[in-house]
Amino acid sequence: MAGRALLPRKIINYFMLGVCALGAGIAIIVVCLMLGYILAKGLSFISLDFIISESVPAGYEGGGMRNEIIGTLILVVLGSLIAVPLGMLTGIFLSEFGSPKVAATVRFAADVLAGVPSIVVGVFAYIVIVSQYGYSAFSAGAALSIIMIPVVARTTEESMRLVPGSLREAALALGITRWRSVIFVAIPGALTGIVSGIMLGVARIAGETAPLLFTALGNNFSFEGLARPISALPLQIYNYALSSDKNWQEQAWAGAFLLVMIVLLISLAVRWMSRKGRA
Amino acid sequence: MDTIINAEINSTMLLDDSMPILQVENVSAYYGAFRAVKDVNMNIPAKAVTAIIGPSGCGKSTLLRCFNRMHEVAHAARVEGKIMFDGNNIYSIGTDPVRIRCHIGMVFQKPNPFPTMSVLDNVVAGRRLSSLWTKRSEMEELAEKCLRQAALWDEVKDKLKQSGASLSGGQQQRLCIARALAVQPEIILMDEPCSALDPIATIKIEDLMRTLTEEYTIVVVTHNMQQAGRVSDMTAFMLMSDDRAGELIEYGTTQQVFTNPRDKRTEDYITGRFG
Ligand SMILES: Nc1ncnc2c1ncn2[C@@H]1O[C@H](COP(=O)(O)OP(=O)(O)O)[C@@H](O)[C@H]1O
Ligand SMILES: [Mg+2]
Repeated sequence: MAGRALLPRKIINYFMLGVCALGAGIAIIVVCLMLGYILAKGLSFISLDFIISESVPAGYEGGGMRNEIIGTLILVVLGSLIAVPLGMLTGIFLSEFGSPKVAATVRFAADVLAGVPSIVVGVFAYIVIVSQYGYSAFSAGAALSIIMIPVVARTTEESMRLVPGSLREAALALGITRWRSVIFVAIPGALTGIVSGIMLGVARIAGETAPLLFTALGNNFSFEGLARPISALPLQIYNYALSSDKNWQEQAWAGAFLLVMIVLLISLAVRWMSRKGRA
Repeated sequence: MDTIINAEINSTMLLDDSMPILQVENVSAYYGAFRAVKDVNMNIPAKAVTAIIGPSGCGKSTLLRCFNRMHEVAHAARVEGKIMFDGNNIYSIGTDPVRIRCHIGMVFQKPNPFPTMSVLDNVVAGRRLSSLWTKRSEMEELAEKCLRQAALWDEVKDKLKQSGASLSGGQQQRLCIARALAVQPEIILMDEPCSALDPIATIKIEDLMRTLTEEYTIVVVTHNMQQAGRVSDMTAFMLMSDDRAGELIEYGTTQQVFTNPRDKRTEDYITGRFG
């Protein structure tokens, strides 16, 4: 009697296992193919020259993406300068101070913001900032910060929540005020998680292209100030990849390689940090 | 009915005639609509150890946390009644709970040193985190004094820079006691401070409680009756009533409660015939 029921159940079991394994396998294969292709292709075109020299016009040989690399660094720093304080404050508010109802509303808003397509963020920044002040590094940094804020806010909140309540109680029982216990006990306890969140946010905005089309515009010269258009790696990859110039196309591959390496290294660093933090 | 009469008799049964340091009057504690502690009256004598015993879930921790206004930290928690300390009701409107907690410190069941701070910083945390500026040499002096009082100095004097979490469980608990002492409270509340410790570490904490009564008042919750018998001068016995609210069944000198309990339920509990 039991045997009869067992057989179909076993079959269903193996079937579901197979489906899940297939899904996981496809995901891994896609990642490996994409990374492998970009790395293999990019590696053959990347050189020291690519990193330290400026771009050359179509039809010429050589050249590099020095300005674009510097531009991306500036944009990432700019975006972080806005997003890190705002995101951290939001996360701290969510975990420590918000009443459940207010917190749920803010959390929902942050999740919606995280899900907004980046091109919409670009259009928004264009309407609010660019249409009045023109294309600028600042408008691009602001657009990127909008993308980064929810990432930082949610990871800050999650890691603050992981700080044991017993430590907060210990602080309160010593006659320490609530906000001081947050600053001196809860935030230090959550620091590894918060830094991981910031790094993930940086990885996220470093490769964003769509918002830059509406804000940074691109620039063939070196950095001209925050109020002027600025060049960036993803923008130049986009432009070069669509061009018909062979040298430019190769440079696009090298740029893609560099961008992927940056994101990969940041992700690995975050993993390493959070593993060390837990130990 | 029975309880109220008992409590009235008990409140006159102090160790000596001096003023009690805490006068608990008709205290009830709630979590939302649930009443966890019902109508407790007791006078806690100064510079003595008062033990609160009873089966688990009867509201011992809840009552203890009412004594330094830690109860209200829990969600939707509130307290009814009065607790007089230094002639003032700590629950009167306008009394700052933060100030009360500086006078009435607390040690928890599970040792909870701050893992991000060194041993030294742990001890002086209460001081350092509540003032804008502290002198390093003063903090070091304070730390040494409190670590000595907590009988921990010799074991950690070479490890002051290490993380507080690197010590053994028993050392961590004494570190937490030193940390509570550094705020210079008058009363120290301890919630089952030995339940996470091995027997040797337990003995050390019990010895410490006895020596600390030279300067401090101690209220300790324990589910270990032998411990209450060993360390306390006064014993309070709590029990859950039919509506699940914890009541104070009997309160008196430890000797009286253990050798000559007035309430049948106390006797059953002490002799292990409970349940
Ligand atoms: N934070 C809380 N929220 C709601 N109920 C609680 C909370 N803490 C304790 N209780 C309840 O209050 C009662 C007394 O708990 P407690 O004081 O911890 O008992 P004891 O310390 O004697 O074991 C129990 O029924 C417990 O479930
Ligand atoms: Mg308890």
